[in-house]
Amino acid sequence: MCQAREDYGRRGPGRRAPPPSSPRACVKCKEGSAAVVIRLGDAFCRACFREYFVHKFRAVLGKNRVIFPGEKVLLALSGGPASSAMLRQVQEGLSRETAKRLRFVPGLVYVDEGAVCGQSPAQREESLARVEAILQATGFPYHLAHLEQAFDLPGSVLRRGPRGGSKPCPSYKEAVEDFIQQQRQAAADGGGAASDGAASLPRRPAQLRTQDVPEPAGGEPAAPGARLPAAARTEELLRLFEDAETLTAKEELLQMLRTHLILHTARTQGYTKVMMGDSCTRVAIKLLTNLALGRGAFLAMDTGFMDTRHGDVAVVRPMREYMAKEIAFYNHFFGVPTVITPALRAKRREKTSIHRLMEDFLLGLQAEFPSTISTVYRTGEKLSTAPAEASSEPGAEPQRCLLCLCALDTLAEEDLALEPTLIAEEAAQRPQEPAGDGCCRSSPMPGAESRAAFLPLLCYSCRLTFKEMGRPDTLPPYVRSEAQRRSRRAEMKQQIQEFLLEDDDDEDPSES
Amino acid sequence: MGEERPGRGFVMVTGRWLRMGVERRSSRVSDLSKLELSHGDIRNLLKWIKQNLLKERPELFIQGDSVRPGILVLINDADWELMGELDYKLQDQDNVLFISTLHGG
Repeated sequence: MCQAREDYGRRGPGRRAPPPSSPRACVKCKEGSAAVVIRLGDAFCRACFREYFVHKFRAVLGKNRVIFPGEKVLLALSGGPASSAMLRQVQEGLSRETAKRLRFVPGLVYVDEGAVCGQSPAQREESLARVEAILQATGFPYHLAHLEQAFDLPGSVLRRGPRGGSKPCPSYKEAVEDFIQQQRQAAADGGGAASDGAASLPRRPAQLRTQDVPEPAGGEPAAPGARLPAAARTEELLRLFEDAETLTAKEELLQMLRTHLILHTARTQGYTKVMMGDSCTRVAIKLLTNLALGRGAFLAMDTGFMDTRHGDVAVVRPMREYMAKEIAFYNHFFGVPTVITPALRAKRREKTSIHRLMEDFLLGLQAEFPSTISTVYRTGEKLSTAPAEASSEPGAEPQRCLLCLCALDTLAEEDLALEPTLIAEEAAQRPQEPAGDGCCRSSPMPGAESRAAFLPLLCYSCRLTFKEMGRPDTLPPYVRSEAQRRSRRAEMKQQIQEFLLEDDDDEDPSES
Repeated sequence: MGEERPGRGFVMVTGRWLRMGVERRSSRVSDLSKLELSHGDIRNLLKWIKQNLLKERPELFIQGDSVRPGILVLINDADWELMGELDYKLQDQDNVLFISTLHGG
């Protein structure tokens, strides 16, 4: 099946050709000397490569047509090569002549994860300073956040927002035409101030820099010049990560906290889209990693171009068609600044994560069979995000996982291999139950301290991750409070279930 | 420096470790080191690097004969695939750059 694709055509089963001995000419312009090989043996010169790279970004955005003119888009930067290249493409795209210009309003966000990645405070300060310099140089408004601020997030982060922004009424084409009309009006009326409708883009240097994404609950004002959060906070965060037993769980936890922080920034600052810099290589690795993690049901959401699980804020991945190699070459040739910070590390060398294993596996395979990554990617592209059938109540929203906000896929609890471990754990720790009088108001909570309370709220893979994390009381407050809220609602609902009138009930409830 | 002698040459090696996860190594290898090689091809260069520059965990950089998958090699700012990869014969004043694409983005 995959043998029939054209990539395998030229050289048999896709192995590398023996390397050439003399310098080659660019396959596109035939003049310049080739500088980089992309795809299977296509050698491009620098100029043609640049054109190819820039064009691809616009093509991806144009093909998908989800970013409307004037929309506020938050770029999530990690300092790494892919997100830095993405930032450069946005800058390039915004600075073209009017007709071909990208038309949205960008903002930038950077999350400092140095604490869990083993950086000392001095190293964190240095990374932050370098990142801030890069962000300031762009002129876009930017926000710096620390992973510690995840402890200040509100529970609403885990709730899906109202779906106002993702499918607005005008079609894309109409929206673009409207926008151009407005620009022409503004230019005709306003005369000469801003030359070509740059009014929509705040070019003022970032006085909107904010470091307090969620309001710090600690109440201590940050001392001038001090960038890092309080040491106690950092310790809390480190404790949470150290309690996670496996590197896989740590990676998932890190991704989750980072996503929630970025989402919160977007929501509080009025952004309706978030751009993430996942490259094609990263997407292919993620696809297979997530399969191994038990997230097969959500692959399209996790790796597709647009991720609408949060409702009001959509996550888009415009870099998903660029191979990591192309990005690295682009950054090197055209001086894109990056700030590299260390990654999560296991305590002992032998222990690794599913993420790393999958990366090694795919990249190793790619070295021998250069169409591996693109094949995995293209297969993943065929997955669609059509929602699963409604569970029990037709017409109602499917229940969503507490942590990843995907539709719960754990209807048949008996099938889970977790069941025996659940029972053992509940027997081991008996939560104290205050004497309740049976009224739903004072029903005893099984206690956020017991893992069993969380499990029904999680999807299959989040349960697996959760099982490898520490005690629930080390979790950030927003997770616990939202979990309590949902458990309470579920319990209340169950208690008044018998009094509820169903729409299609013919007979009266027996106890009315 | 830079004399023309058959079979010998000076090569400038600049290794930039992007996110190797081992900070100590990155500072060492990013030092410019001018080295002399009698048989100048990339294969030998890698062997030399493994013996002399990589004090710990060589498997993060080298796998077998070649570099670990995910690490790009640029010779004079061009993809090494265009130059013959491991078989490329190093010449005087060549610049070899290693860029890691692992764990990044």
